Order: sequence, then C-alpha cells, then structure tokens
Amino acid sequence: MGATHSASEEVRELEGKTGFSSDQIEQLHRRFKHLSGDQPTIRKENFNNIPDLELNPIRSKIVRAFFDNRNLRKGPSGLADEINFEDFLTIMSYFRPIDTTMDEERVQLCRKEKLRFLFHMYDSDSDGRITLEEYRNVVEELLSGNPHIEKGSARSIADGAMMEAASVCVGRMEPDQVYEGITFDDFLKIWQGIDIETKMHVRFLNMETIALCH
Amino acid sequence: MLRAALPLLWLPLAGAGATEEPTQEPGSPGEPPPGLALFRWQWHEVEAPYLVALWILVASLAKIVFHLSRKVTSLVPESCLLILLGLVLGGIVLAVAKKAEYQLEPGTFFLFLLPPIVLDSGYFMPSRLFFDNLGAILTYAVVGTLWNAFTTGAALWGLQQAGLVAPRVQAGLLDFLLFGSLISAVDPVAVLAVFEEVHVNETLFIIVFGESLLNDAVTVVLYKVCNSFVEMGSANVQATDYLKGVASLFVVSLGGAAVGLVFAFLLALTTRFTKRVRIIEPLLVFLLAYAAYLTAEMASLSAILAVTMCGLGCKKYVEANISHKSRTAVKYTMKTLASCAETIIFMLLGISAVDSSKWAWDSGLVLGTLFFILFFRALGVVLQTWVLNQFRLVPLDKIDQVVMSYGGLRGAVAFALVILLDRTKIPAKDYFVATTIVVVFFTVIVQGLTIKPLVKWLKVKRSEHHKPTLNQELHEHTFDHILAAVEDVVGHHGYHYWRDRWEQFDKKYLSQLLMRRSAYRIRDQIWDVYYRLNIRDAISFVDQGGHVLSSTGLTLPSMPSRNSVAETSVTNLLRESGSGACLDLQVIDTVRSGRDREDAVMHHLLCGGLYKPRYRGALRCVQAHASYPLPQPVQRRSCPGRVGRGTWQSTCPQRPPRLCPWTCRQAGTKASRPWRAWHPRPVPRPHL
Repeated sequence: MGATHSASEEVRELEGKTGFSSDQIEQLHRRFKHLSGDQPTIRKENFNNIPDLELNPIRSKIVRAFFDNRNLRKGPSGLADEINFEDFLTIMSYFRPIDTTMDEERVQLCRKEKLRFLFHMYDSDSDGRITLEEYRNVVEELLSGNPHIEKGSARSIADGAMMEAASVCVGRMEPDQVYEGITFDDFLKIWQGIDIETKMHVRFLNMETIALCH
Repeated sequence: MLRAALPLLWLPLAGAGATEEPTQEPGSPGEPPPGLALFRWQWHEVEAPYLVALWILVASLAKIVFHLSRKVTSLVPESCLLILLGLVLGGIVLAVAKKAEYQLEPGTFFLFLLPPIVLDSGYFMPSRLFFDNLGAILTYAVVGTLWNAFTTGAALWGLQQAGLVAPRVQAGLLDFLLFGSLISAVDPVAVLAVFEEVHVNETLFIIVFGESLLNDAVTVVLYKVCNSFVEMGSANVQATDYLKGVASLFVVSLGGAAVGLVFAFLLALTTRFTKRVRIIEPLLVFLLAYAAYLTAEMASLSAILAVTMCGLGCKKYVEANISHKSRTAVKYTMKTLASCAETIIFMLLGISAVDSSKWAWDSGLVLGTLFFILFFRALGVVLQTWVLNQFRLVPLDKIDQVVMSYGGLRGAVAFALVILLDRTKIPAKDYFVATTIVVVFFTVIVQGLTIKPLVKWLKVKRSEHHKPTLNQELHEHTFDHILAAVEDVVGHHGYHYWRDRWEQFDKKYLSQLLMRRSAYRIRDQIWDVYYRLNIRDAISFVDQGGHVLSSTGLTLPSMPSRNSVAETSVTNLLRESGSGACLDLQVIDTVRSGRDREDAVMHHLLCGGLYKPRYRGALRCVQAHASYPLPQPVQRRSCPGRVGRGTWQSTCPQRPPRLCPWTCRQAGTKASRPWRAWHPRPVPRPHL
C-alpha cells in the first residue's frame, strides 16, 4: 500500500465494506502478499506455505472455508478457485471482536454471522443440514491427531453428539420419526446461552476496530 | 519467615476444666501401695487431642444447626454465623475461665488451617478459565495490592499528621505502611466463603479469587520488607534496600511458583507408578502438596502460590493416572478438610476477638482504616479495569467492577499477620490488632451479608449451571483449532497460537513422561466427556428401573419388583470395580487392572444395549449402522438373587464376533500385543 491516491481510496472502501481499520488492512495486505507470492489472488496451494497449519487436524476444512462461496457471499454453494484481497478480508471479518457497545440487535446479528461461518464448515455439501455423516467426518478429523483412538470410537462419539442435538432441538421423538440432520435454526438452539462472542475472535494487531459487522 | 513456629497446639486449659490426676506412682517410697484402681481419670494424657477433636466437633455441630433453618442460611452466609458463634463461645470461655484461652494462633493457622483450603482451591481451579484471565488476575494481584498498601498506609499517616488519630498511637510512616500492607490483601478464605454462596458468573469469580490467591506473594514481600525496615529503623534504610525489596518480590513469587511446579511434577511422576499400590494414591497427593507448602514456607517463599501451582499443574496427570476410587477419595477428603479448616478459622476469629487484653481502641484509626480500604480499593479497581479493558477480549463492565471492589474481603490472614507483629518494635501493635479485628468483622459480616442482595439488585450475570454436553466439547475443540489456524494465516502469534504450541509440547513430551501408558493412549478430552456422559446416562437410566440390554432379550434373571432390580441392578455391578458382568469370556480371562476391566465392562454393556432401548426408533440413521453386534438372546437362568460372575459367565454367548474396538484381546494372545492389531468388521454403507 503506497501513497498513491487510488490505493488510499481503495483502503477506505474496504474499511467501509469489511469494518477493519486502515492499519489492520495494511497489515493484512502485507500478509496477503506474502502468502500469495505477490500475486493478486490466493489459491488453495498457497496455504501449504504456512508451516504451522500442517499440524492442525481440521486443516482441510479450514482451508476449504476460505474458498467457500457461502462465506464469500458469492453464492449458495460451491468453491471458488481463488480469492482476492477483498475476499480475504471478508473471511477475516468473521473473526473480529464484537463491539459490545452496539445495540442488542446488531450484536445478535454478528453472533448469527459467526455461527453461520461455523455451520458452513460442518455442512460440507451445502444442503443446509448437518447430517450424521458430516458430523462423523468432523469428529474423525478432530480425533485424527490422536492415533490411538479408533475410528469406531469417533463414530460413536458423533452418534452420541447427534442424539444429544436431536434431544435438544426436537425433544421427545415418535418411534418412527427420523431426525434428518441439524438445520441452522437447530444449530442456533444448541448455542443458545453460550457466549460465542468470547470464544470466536482473534485479536488483530491494532486494538481499534470500527464497530461494523455485516 | 516471620511466621515463626509458635506452639503447634492450642494452649492447654490450665485452670478450669482440668481435674486432678489421681494416679500415683505405685511403689513410691513411703506411701502405702494403693491397690488396683478400677477406674482412673487421665485427662492430661488425652488433653490436647481431645480438645482439638472437641473444637472440630463443636464447629460441625454448629454447621448442622445452622442449616436446619433454610431461611437463615439463604440470607446470612455461613461465615457470619460462625464468627458470631465464635464470639458467643469466646464470651462463655472468658466468663468461666476469667481469661481468654483460645486464640487463632498464627503458627497453627499458617501450618495447619490454611494449607487445606488453598490446596482445595488450587486443585479444583478451572485451569482454562484461570489462564484465559491470567493477565487481569496478575494485574489486580500485584499492582492492585501494592496500590492498596501504599495508599492506605500513606493516608493513615496523613490522618495522624492531621491529628485525627490520637497521639498515643505511636507509629511512624513505616509503621503505617506495614499496617497498610497487611490489611490490604484480599483474603482467599473469606472470598471463597462468601462468593461460593453468591454464584456470580465464572469470569468475575475467577478474577477475584485468583487475585486473592496470587496476592499472597506481594503481601509476604511487603510485610517482610516493611517489618525489616521498621526493625532497622527508618534512618538506616538505604537505597539498595529498596532495590532488594523489589527484587525479593520476583524471587518470592517466581520461587514459590517454581517450588509448586517441581512438586507437581514429582507428584505426577509418582502416580504414574502406583498401579499396584492404589491405596496410597490419595495419601501421595496430600503429602506432596503439603510438602510443597512447607518447603516454600521454609525457604521464605510464597507458600500459597506454591500450593496453587502444585494443584493446577498436577491435576491433569494425576487424574489420568489414579484409579476411579482414588479420585473420589481425593476429592471428598480435600473438600472435607477445607470445609473443616474454614469453619474452625471463622470460629477462632470470633473467639479471639473477645480477648480485650490484646487490643486497644482508637476511633480515628479504626474509622479511617475502614473508609480508606473501601475507597482505595474501589479507586484501584476502576483505574486498573480501565487499563485492562484496552487489552482484554471481553471487557469488564461497570457492574463487574462494583462487585469486584465490594468483594475485596479481608480475613484471617490479615489477623494472623497482625498478631505476629513484635510489640517491642511496633508500639502501636494493640491499636492495629483492634483495627484489624474490626475490619475483618466488618468485611465478613457486613459485606458478606449485603453482597447477595447487591448482586441481585445489580442483576449481575450469574453462573449458569451447564450440564456438560458432548456438542459443546466438540465445538470448543473446533473453535480452538480454527482460531489457531486463523492466527497462523494472519501470521500473528497471539494467545491461541501459544496455547496451541503448549498443548503440542504437552502431548509430545510431558504427557508421555507423566502419564501411565494406558491412560496416555486414549487420553483425549472429547473422549473423556463422552465416557463420562455415557456412565452418567447409564447409571441414571438403570436407577430409574430400566433394563439395560432388555431389547436384546437379555434381562437380569427373575427380577419381579423394582426394588429388587435396584438392589442387584446393573448399577451395582457397574459400581463394583471388576465385577463379572461381561459378555465376552475372553475379557474375564485375561488379567487386567481393575480400572481397565471396569472400563471394558461398562463399554460392552453400553455399546450393546443402552442407546437402543432408550431412543427406540428415534434415529433410524444411527440404528442402520450399529457397529456393534447385539449379543445373542440367552436362556434365562431361573435362580433368583445376586447376579454374580458365575451366572453371567455361563449365560454368555459363545465367542461373540469381535467388533468392539475396545481393549478386548484375542484369546491366547499375549497381553503385550498392541491392540491395534486386529481389525473391526466393515460396517454396512450408511443409508439415511
């Protein structure tokens, strides 16, 4: 980001769209360039350059989340091949701290957005439901770091979690009723009363954040 | 340290109450032989332990009496009642014996009464919450205590200069600073006693309570430094002494923490090898933690910090290593000891207040102190919170600040420290003692009584009791990984990054060293929660009279009524370790440790039958791929009575197919063969 006129205009535009401050945008832009190797866009392969990310058990899901059209607000499903800086910022904006001085409605909205990000991570086939198979997938990945826990155990954990979710969302079920999967509303119900705001944010280097949240 | 080893036992009651010893030496010269005494009264031989036991008994009986009235206990915290009881008892003893006999002796207090409470709180401290808020806790503990001490001391000195404190209180600036240092520390015992009845939200509680634990180092250093300055005389204090004082702060706190961590390491390591000697496990936990306390005390380091770090550090490994029963034993013993110690402390505080020979009253000093501690604490909290909120992820709002400043209770530690002052060096000691007593009583009684209505009036966020859910655990883990990943992408080494690094280091090196191999293998938080939830569900299900395995045709033989089911129910089988109910002959045959066997038993039963009868048809998708085979229906044995090992063994099906991924071994294999060697049967494709 040099001192050119158009660059600072762009920055202001991005500030407005994503809610980051100009310092943070510059910081992130530098990081973006480092990741992309000075290209204007990032592809999935660029994420292999981050050594620490290799150790993360749910790495594939996270990288996928960066390219997910639903998170980029470009469509209902599918994956983008590459993302530019603005898309990068859009994804990062999910992790900004919620400004608690905003009114209750905006806070709820921000909360929903963050939970939606999480939901999209679980729901890999974009059908709007987290099915048992997808849940099992997640649990297996989470437990993949520990080589001594068998796949069968992961499966039974996922089954148990699904049943718990069913009991929370639907309550008593008829004998032949089938629980298809967790919809987004059910997902919100599970998270009722638990502060996601305190858990889901990363502190970006500059403390000042503009109180905006899409 | 100045916490000198004073008499370890209470002063024996010399006068009233003691009876003459009627025994005489048989065969003493010049005396007729007494003949065989049928009954002798030997009070002096049992006096000391008997008195100790009596006091503890009185305290416990008092607790029972208090709790008889629900109304009283909901309004008045227990600590208040105990102090008032102490006052009454002290008055009685004073009236009977004409002198105050029982006191809160600093030696007894610091060596015997304080360690259980601190150990209990350190061991059961929620470590994740503690480390998340560590910045705030440290700020309040160190900066806050220093601020309180200096401002209170200086303000009191100013009060004296202004003439509001009577001149008979001979104290200079250093004396007031010394007094300020001991009166300004928030007391862990009092905070615990009051806050655990109020149930504020966890963040608030952990900040106030963490502060009360960690400020011990600061208090110790300040007290020591000021005391030695007073002894040296204010004229002899040099600049290097001030620097030494600052340096000793670091030495005391870091040294105390290091001692605690060393003992935590030792404890975790020793429990790794106690597989064959399970009975000494609880003993080890207490001994090593107490040793940590005493070692830090001996080296003049912060003992409270040592025990806290010991409890925090060792818990994960110890809980993984020791048996189920030992865990329960440790938990309940710790809670009992801590509760007992707390009761005795408050009672003795009440009793000690009655001894008027120890104190002298000065209204200016007392009122001034009360006002200043409240005022400066509130001011300090506001200032520090303003600074902290720039850095915190979740800011602390005004209501939290009010509760924090109001919740800064002083207690027995301040009292013990003031009693330890040397009257020859500090002539104003008696006035200080009286002031401390008033302050402690005020904070515990008045603030303790009013904090509950205050919390309700301010609508402070209360702690909601979440039952642990599997979903929550899963999502928390996902969060941690996502946040660590985002920090990696951004290139920012923030809190999550370092926590992730620590967890990996722990997994690779520490856990391998400190945990038993069998525990290390399946150690995973998600698995632990799942396991615990399974057990909880199983026990509650069966206790409600349900039959495990009923859908598969296996029922407990001839159980007509619910009562008899409850007696010989699966619950009892599950609860006895290693009891024989098992579907797999081979599991019974192989020699295994009690815990492994009971785990396997439980797992078989749960996998085999639990979810199906309960959620009948609820999840077709789950039922479609039940990975575990249903045990074959078995002939019902018509003998009533206990379902013992023998019965089950003969009703076991012949060699069920191996599907359980648990620790079953093939018959004839050596125990040393890794259990990954066999493979589960492939599961049919799921259709939803």
